[in-house]
Amino acid sequence: MSQGKALSPTFRRQYVWELPVRFYHWVNGAAILVLGVTGFLIGRPMSLAYMPEASQQYWFGAVRFTHFMVAYIFLFNFLVRVYWGFVGNRFAAWNQFIPTNRKQFQEIIEVLRVDVLQTKLRGPISLGHNMLAGTTYFLTFWVFLFQALTGFGLYAPMSQGILGKLSAWIVPLMGGDMAARQWHHAGLWFYVVFTLIHVYLVFYHDYVEGRGTTSSMVGGWKFERDDAPKP
Amino acid sequence: MADSNESIWQVMQEKGYSRREFVQFCTFAATAAGLSSPAAAAVVEAFEKKQRPPVIWLHFQECTCCSESFIRASHPIVADVLLDALSLDYTETLQAASGHAAEKCLQDTLKTHVGKYILLVEGSVPIGADGVYCTIGGRTAEDILKEAAKGAAAVIAWGNCASYGCIQAAKPNPTNATPIHKLISNPVINVPGCPPIADVMVAVVTHILMFGRIPELDAQGRPKEFYGRRVHDTCYRRPYYDAGMFVEAFDDDKARKGYCLYKMGCRGPVTYNACSVTKWNGGTSYPIQSGHGCIGCSENGFWDNGPFYQHLPSFPGFGIESTADQIGTAVGIGAAVGVAAHAISTNLRKRQLIHEQPIEPTPTPEEGKVK
Repeated sequence: MSQGKALSPTFRRQYVWELPVRFYHWVNGAAILVLGVTGFLIGRPMSLAYMPEASQQYWFGAVRFTHFMVAYIFLFNFLVRVYWGFVGNRFAAWNQFIPTNRKQFQEIIEVLRVDVLQTKLRGPISLGHNMLAGTTYFLTFWVFLFQALTGFGLYAPMSQGILGKLSAWIVPLMGGDMAARQWHHAGLWFYVVFTLIHVYLVFYHDYVEGRGTTSSMVGGWKFERDDAPKP
Repeated sequence: MADSNESIWQVMQEKGYSRREFVQFCTFAATAAGLSSPAAAAVVEAFEKKQRPPVIWLHFQECTCCSESFIRASHPIVADVLLDALSLDYTETLQAASGHAAEKCLQDTLKTHVGKYILLVEGSVPIGADGVYCTIGGRTAEDILKEAAKGAAAVIAWGNCASYGCIQAAKPNPTNATPIHKLISNPVINVPGCPPIADVMVAVVTHILMFGRIPELDAQGRPKEFYGRRVHDTCYRRPYYDAGMFVEAFDDDKARKGYCLYKMGCRGPVTYNACSVTKWNGGTSYPIQSGHGCIGCSENGFWDNGPFYQHLPSFPGFGIESTADQIGTAVGIGAAVGVAAHAISTNLRKRQLIHEQPIEPTPTPEEGKVK
């Protein structure tokens, strides 16, 4: 490629994602997968009778138990991540998720321009989360919270647990169990769409930029072009 | 109107009930309120000595199914006493008086028993168009309710209408039907259901008569003892639910075997009521036992949570039969198509960036020598 040789980029290595961040990411991903599958089954079960009597099988009970158990893991994993947003490195910090200054808003527009309109990059893009990704993750955190609240609220009548009691107020606020269940179920589809776009964009950025976006969530390292514009 | 200074026992004597029947009534009443046998003696004493409170039963936007349910309580003597002897000073459907005489009766009770009478309300109150959709004796329901509630010792909302607005409050709610707790400042005991279970209604009234105070209520103002658990929690078909054995059509073999009706849209898991414990018509049966799912008639807005035979309700604004899953699938496919289009466009427009080749570092003279 003759046009490539003219640019000839070199990269430097930068440690971005600390172990707790990577751990959070994969636990979160696995939890969402399990919660999604079990949740979908709870909302739309198949009728499965592999034994003659009800007392001899318990698969639906097991599916529900898994959903509730993983919900606890999901929530506490998320809370640890929120904590890490205050003690972790600068890439994990809370201000990577909430745009507060002009530069961050400009970066959102720049990423939208480069990714959606597919124009050439003009300015610097953060090495950690780009600001558009960070802001999107911040929105997903609200969905996490909403799912946890409605989920534990629906769980409250069958539990003695404190989380159920703490979340029970949301159910009457939403107009009863039926409405809470419907919105909780609709939340599942948010994750489906989010995951689809999230995974695609990770591959896309890695493919186009070669900064190691995909492997960074395993090893923690990313790569920055030496000729990248300095922020 | 009976003299309100009398006790229940005195009124019963006047009506010709025997001592045995009185004690029987007290025992049933104690049972209905969930008391154990030693407490029955205390109930007898209370009903012998305590002044009976007058009761006003108002009817607004309703179908009278609550009244119909009430008179079918499984311990007839209890409902009998409550309706006949006890204290109903005013109720449009059962009183003998009519016209001005009936309205005078209401006014007399409101004036002479301020702070003592129990107010029972059946039906919602339309507040649209200044309340013209429901008027009695030339006055709007809202007006009557507010006047009657002022001096009430306790207010009970009978049925889904008075508690949540029921079918007349379903979208688009043309008359602006409003549950009574939104119109008055008194604490309201909500006894939802369409209708509520007769024995639950009787028990709530007897609780107030016996103890002189309202029963323990949950966040939605419902008595905890009857609305504390879901129909699902005490359903006799619950084992089929946990086992994952579901009816898939009303005429399939699974329906015949009595599997769980979850997939047929049964609202048992989201409905708080005592149906599967108390049952109906003297403990004969309840909807699920008869092979039909619960429709959630004691829940807020149950008419809008339809269709009844769908597990997940339809999503507002997306057509009648579209559930979250159908919309979600469409959005998911949309996202996948978008992603694919984007990938193609990327390969075209970012070709140059993608095919950039890093230069091999030029070998230094020393490295060249080693090689």
